[in-house]
Amino acid sequence: MKQVKILGSGCAKCNQLAEAVRAVIAAEGIEASVEKVEDMQEIVAYGVMSTPALVVDGEVCCKGRVPSADEIREMLSAAPHRCCCGDHAKGSGRQNGTCC
Amino acid sequence: MEDGRRFRGDGGLNRQSLLWGAGLAAALLLWVVSWLHLETAADLAIQVIGLDRSRPLGSALRFFIYEVPKVLMLLLAVVFAMGVVHTFVSPERTRSLLSGRRTGVGNVMAAALGIVTPFCSCSAVPLFIGFLQAGVPLGVTFSFLVSAPMINEVALALLFGMFGWRVALLYMSMGLMVAVAAGVVIGKLNMEPYLEEWVRKLQNSSPGGEYETGAVTWPYRFGEGVKHVREIFGRVWLFIVLGVALGAGIHGYVPENFMAALMGEKSWWSVPAAVLVGVPMYSNAAGILPVIEALLGKGAALGTAMAFMMSVIALSAPEMIILRKVLKPRLIAVFAGVVAVGIIMVGYLFNMLF
Repeated sequence: MKQVKILGSGCAKCNQLAEAVRAVIAAEGIEASVEKVEDMQEIVAYGVMSTPALVVDGEVCCKGRVPSADEIREMLSAAPHRCCCGDHAKGSGRQNGTCC
Repeated sequence: MEDGRRFRGDGGLNRQSLLWGAGLAAALLLWVVSWLHLETAADLAIQVIGLDRSRPLGSALRFFIYEVPKVLMLLLAVVFAMGVVHTFVSPERTRSLLSGRRTGVGNVMAAALGIVTPFCSCSAVPLFIGFLQAGVPLGVTFSFLVSAPMINEVALALLFGMFGWRVALLYMSMGLMVAVAAGVVIGKLNMEPYLEEWVRKLQNSSPGGEYETGAVTWPYRFGEGVKHVREIFGRVWLFIVLGVALGAGIHGYVPENFMAALMGEKSWWSVPAAVLVGVPMYSNAAGILPVIEALLGKGAALGTAMAFMMSVIALSAPEMIILRKVLKPRLIAVFAGVVAVGIIMVGYLFNMLF
């Protein structure tokens, strides 16, 4: 069971991210709990400076943007502590699965 | 390409960057050719429709047909470039550059970095705290917080498109001055006791200020530029069309110097009045600029119009409410007051120079 958290103060993009994540979870049949975190102190505790951010099993996978469905799928299916933010992973820039 | 060494050495990526290079060169050529023929095309369109340029309807329509593509094209170029620039300057990188900087140098750097760092007003609070955590002084943080929303690429591109590069450049330098001055003043006032308690506790708590630099390729950067264009255009194109249509209507029908008495140079009170009206208002640059163009076309003073625009973009009631989570009311009042005074001074300066 994955613990998924969406960090964001309720802006339009945060809602987009939450919807995109829920859609991927439903489509893939992933077992996960999704929680929206709007409390500033909690958001800040993750060391995130730009919202929306996606946290999977306690790790920040992506911040400041809404990733594509493919990226979200990759983030949700990665093994714990191996989730990739994909920020710099476009093209073949990322090799042998190094993570941010 | 001179930056070839930045690419990973596999053939697939080189081919990809070659494709990008060719595509961008073609796009640039197309852009320049269309840019040079915009006016001719507008005249031709008016002729084809069968209208007279010297009559109100023809004049208004020509203004619209010429202005909309011109502004959109400039926006396209500037927003793409800024999307690419954003891949070089993450908020984390900016933070580590500003960490521990002194008042003065720090404020100037913060204001300048505010232009190029990707920023969304909805993450103003986490960014604010992230900066303070890493030991960026309060005044320096405020310089960034003033400059980032006020001097953005959409505002600059639209000013450039509608009033020429001089006005865009002047807006940028005046905005930088306001941001630096406001940050220095707030820094000197020692306002730290007016941060909320939980924020004070976090100050200087993780002064490392590290950030990751992944292997970033040029195709990735260009891709980000395209993404940025899509995002911004989806949000602002309608404002621009509506705004220019409004401007065109005024252009054709409202009498010359209609606004001169209200917002002209002679009425000294017009600058503070414009700022007072603008502060609580919230709009993006795209929404407000065409209105300003229409006002200017009818005799409102440039400084007054610019001050109005700055106050609408830089300060707003929703932003104050968000900041209330980290600042006590007194610091919010000081912040709004200092920035408003700065904008009023800049407004007078604009009026004197033009």
